[in-house]
Amino acid sequence: MKREKGFTKRNFLKGILAENPLFVSILGTCPALATTKTVEAAIGMGILFTIVLVCSSILVSLLRKIISEEIRTPAYIVIIATFVTIVKMFTNAFLPELYLTLGVFISLIVVNCIVLGRAEAYASKNTVFDSLIDALGMGLGYTLAIITMAVFREILGTGAFSFGKIFTFIPYFKLQIIPKGYEISLFQNPAGAFIVFALILAVIAFIKNRKAELKSNLEKQEKIRKQQEAKMAAESSGGESK
Amino acid sequence: MMKILVTFVLAIISSMLIDNVVLSRFYGICPFLGVSKKVKSSLGMGLAVVFVIMLATLICWPLYQLLQLAGIAFMDTVAYILVIASLVQLVGLFIKKYSPTLYKNLGIYLPLITTNCAVLGVVQSNTDQALTFLDSIANALGTSIGFLIVIVLFSCIRVRLESANTPKAFKGLPIALIVAAIMALAFMGLQGLFSGINL
Repeated sequence: MKREKGFTKRNFLKGILAENPLFVSILGTCPALATTKTVEAAIGMGILFTIVLVCSSILVSLLRKIISEEIRTPAYIVIIATFVTIVKMFTNAFLPELYLTLGVFISLIVVNCIVLGRAEAYASKNTVFDSLIDALGMGLGYTLAIITMAVFREILGTGAFSFGKIFTFIPYFKLQIIPKGYEISLFQNPAGAFIVFALILAVIAFIKNRKAELKSNLEKQEKIRKQQEAKMAAESSGGESK
Repeated sequence: MMKILVTFVLAIISSMLIDNVVLSRFYGICPFLGVSKKVKSSLGMGLAVVFVIMLATLICWPLYQLLQLAGIAFMDTVAYILVIASLVQLVGLFIKKYSPTLYKNLGIYLPLITTNCAVLGVVQSNTDQALTFLDSIANALGTSIGFLIVIVLFSCIRVRLESANTPKAFKGLPIALIVAAIMALAFMGLQGLFSGINL
């Protein structure tokens, strides 16, 4: 199979911006709202999610010629659930604080639409390498998206960044950004999660509208210029014939 | 006996209103945002979810005891998702055969329920918190009815949003999420509901 240059790079990058699973496709919203109280929890969730996504994409892609069409979805769900169980046990053993913080949301990676969606839409049709790159891009895109939400929620809600509570292997430190007493604790509450998500989506929609407007304006200008040119050409040719 | 009954009812109300699935525990956001544009379809989705959550809880609690007996309790997530997926299929077939009208109304939402994290979320958190059978049922009932109430309320507001004059960037999902935020604030006001009751 011949492919264009830079295909792998684009395949990787599309998950981060153009097809970001959270902000563009609006998939996997439950953990994005539930595990973004602190940046640390969001990073943990992103890493676990990416591991499950990459492993299940590789396995689904390897088995894509063996699994028949009729039992596709149940087979994928079992594959994903198996990897989630493995990840859950590892987290419980090596990062018990992360396990406690994320709680049931580690198990809920099974029903995260992104994992099943990538398995159905991409890994079941493409080679192992392409699926791996696609999964890495999507995983990173999702991780960055939930970290973005967590940054706003943690700074506005607690006024400070704190690290070392969940990943206990790094020393605990706290970075005060908003002076004490001026934080808005609403952003640590569920309502704050919805507001942050809404505002981020609105900003994205605003930028998209802006781009579309600029493009249509440019097209309009181009049209007018062409008309004028045609007019001038007609006039000049008319002048010559006189 | 009386005390058990009171605890049961309080547990239902608490998981229905105070710890609402969608607005404070964040389960089932996808159908909450996806299937709430019309009141009728949101009602259908809500009812189907109540049905599946109740059945899944009734099956999964004994199943976990069996898994524990067999010494493979760590396989719980895999077992649950299989139960839920096949349950959804079975319920679909059953309704199709015996009540075609109901199937027509619920049918399209049934496959979506497999990936509704409210179902797996309830079953899994029942296991993680080691709830008794009665408490599990109370949790399932409260959670699923809470989902039904919230999705129907939300869709009623969303229908009106369609004709509202919202800023261009907020059209569609962003303004709906703001509405959800305000609903979450309103539900937060219920938090002190049981503070006066001693059991």
